[in-house]
Amino acid sequence: MAGGQGERSGPEVAGSRASRILDVRPGQGGRSIAIAVVSTAFFFGLLTLVVVTSPGWAEVRQAFFSGEQFRESFPDILDAFWLNVKIFLIAETVILVTALLIAVLRSLPGPVFFPLRVLGIAYTDLFRGIPTILVIYILGFGAPALQLHGLPTSPFFWGVVSLVLVYSAYVAEVYRAGIESVHQSQEAAARSLGLSRFQSLRFVILPQAVRRVVPPLLNDFIGLQKDTALVALIGPVEAFRQSQIEVAGSFNYTPYLVTALLFVLLTIPLARLTDWLIARDRRRSLAGRPA
Amino acid sequence: MTLALELEGVRKSFGKLEVLGGIDLAVDEHEVVCLIGASGSGKSTLLRCVNLIEPIDSGRIVVEGEEITARGVDVDRIRRRIGIVYQAYNLFPHMSVLRNVTLGPTEVLKTSRSAAEAQALELLRRFGLADKAREYPDRLSGGQQQRVAIVRALAMRPDLMLLDEVTSALDPELVAEVLEVIRELARSGMTMLIATHEMSFARDIADRICFLDNGVILEEGPPEELLRSPREPRTRQFLQRVIDAGRLAV
Repeated sequence: MAGGQGERSGPEVAGSRASRILDVRPGQGGRSIAIAVVSTAFFFGLLTLVVVTSPGWAEVRQAFFSGEQFRESFPDILDAFWLNVKIFLIAETVILVTALLIAVLRSLPGPVFFPLRVLGIAYTDLFRGIPTILVIYILGFGAPALQLHGLPTSPFFWGVVSLVLVYSAYVAEVYRAGIESVHQSQEAAARSLGLSRFQSLRFVILPQAVRRVVPPLLNDFIGLQKDTALVALIGPVEAFRQSQIEVAGSFNYTPYLVTALLFVLLTIPLARLTDWLIARDRRRSLAGRPA
Repeated sequence: MTLALELEGVRKSFGKLEVLGGIDLAVDEHEVVCLIGASGSGKSTLLRCVNLIEPIDSGRIVVEGEEITARGVDVDRIRRRIGIVYQAYNLFPHMSVLRNVTLGPTEVLKTSRSAAEAQALELLRRFGLADKAREYPDRLSGGQQQRVAIVRALAMRPDLMLLDEVTSALDPELVAEVLEVIRELARSGMTMLIATHEMSFARDIADRICFLDNGVILEEGPPEELLRSPREPRTRQFLQRVIDAGRLAV
């Protein structure tokens, strides 16, 4: 009988907690919005006041917030920014494939695949450990000097290669977490239908694994988009490099702000998409389980 | 009569724990054999060994005259001929019911997509699931999911079906619909090896019941005989507990 009682009281408790968090009592919606508006206005008002009344504000405003400099440098920086877009579009595509390969290598069972697993582990350890900036320097200046046959020597190429190497290590770990999160009974079910190990991976394990890791995957790509600026260090004139050029010509720092703004505008949609996907998955996993 | 399945001295240990201590069992074609016994007596492990999901330590398993535990046997080819249904259904959650059923036929048997779908729809209709073909597993009740799992195994046209406590995870009111499906299979002549806790079901459906205790078949015989007048004290003890729990009427 005790069990029956617990079941009865369960939904009531859960219900009252939910309404407390969502604050759905009638007539309160308008009031919370008003409070939110006032507190936001107060907070940002105070912040602005602190900055504007600071002793150095006049100079900083001239150096960083010059409308004239903004208009003048914007077109060139935007032009250069397309190189960043190009870099991360190419890099992301390659990373999606190579990282998956590395993750699968690391997930192979049995003693036969030991060398491949070791290779996978060594790779991820190495490229997650070395700072991206060093990989770019070493490959950007070192690899072209090797004069490898059939490989381009352009800094653009080696910059992209560096980003691919570094980010594939991160993304491989994300994939691997996804693969390991799929319960082994799924593989047992697939194998007992007669599917081979590879077919089980392809049709049953990976589709579920990838779906689960889309949010953290996009998170890594937001990081990658910012790091395209590091490629400037070995030569290519992308947005950051272009803003440096502008700054050097005018002794005004507003172009940096232009570049920062462009990067933010690029990452915000991806960040919101990630949030939306996470929220959607949460809704689904709650809806999918009948109590 | 041909033997559908033959086990000779099958042993299996997990570390120091011996789960199967020399199992001898022969199943005729079209025969339905139920395995009963307490949890941990080795019923599930036995089924998993027959499906080669668990490698055995010693002994032999022969299916339709072919020794499947021999060296160098292609396990994928063997598993095609043996259908297994698990307690936890294990449907693929990212696929529709229809795709769950056609995956094996299209990828393993290389049946064309259209032929596989036609066959799958026919099977789903036969087991009252035709209107669920486009649904995803999480929209189905436990009983429906388990019936889909049975259909998925049947779609491979197996010679032998292994059912591993397929009603244990179900709410009591959903058990009947799944048992009805299994009765239908038995009527159609499917050879089955069934691990179950449903004693009255076992009495109805089985040609023979085997009582497993500590990894060996302690006693076997026709259902009425074994359930009414068991020879072994251990079997009597087990059945008395089942009767006390109200799971078997006498």
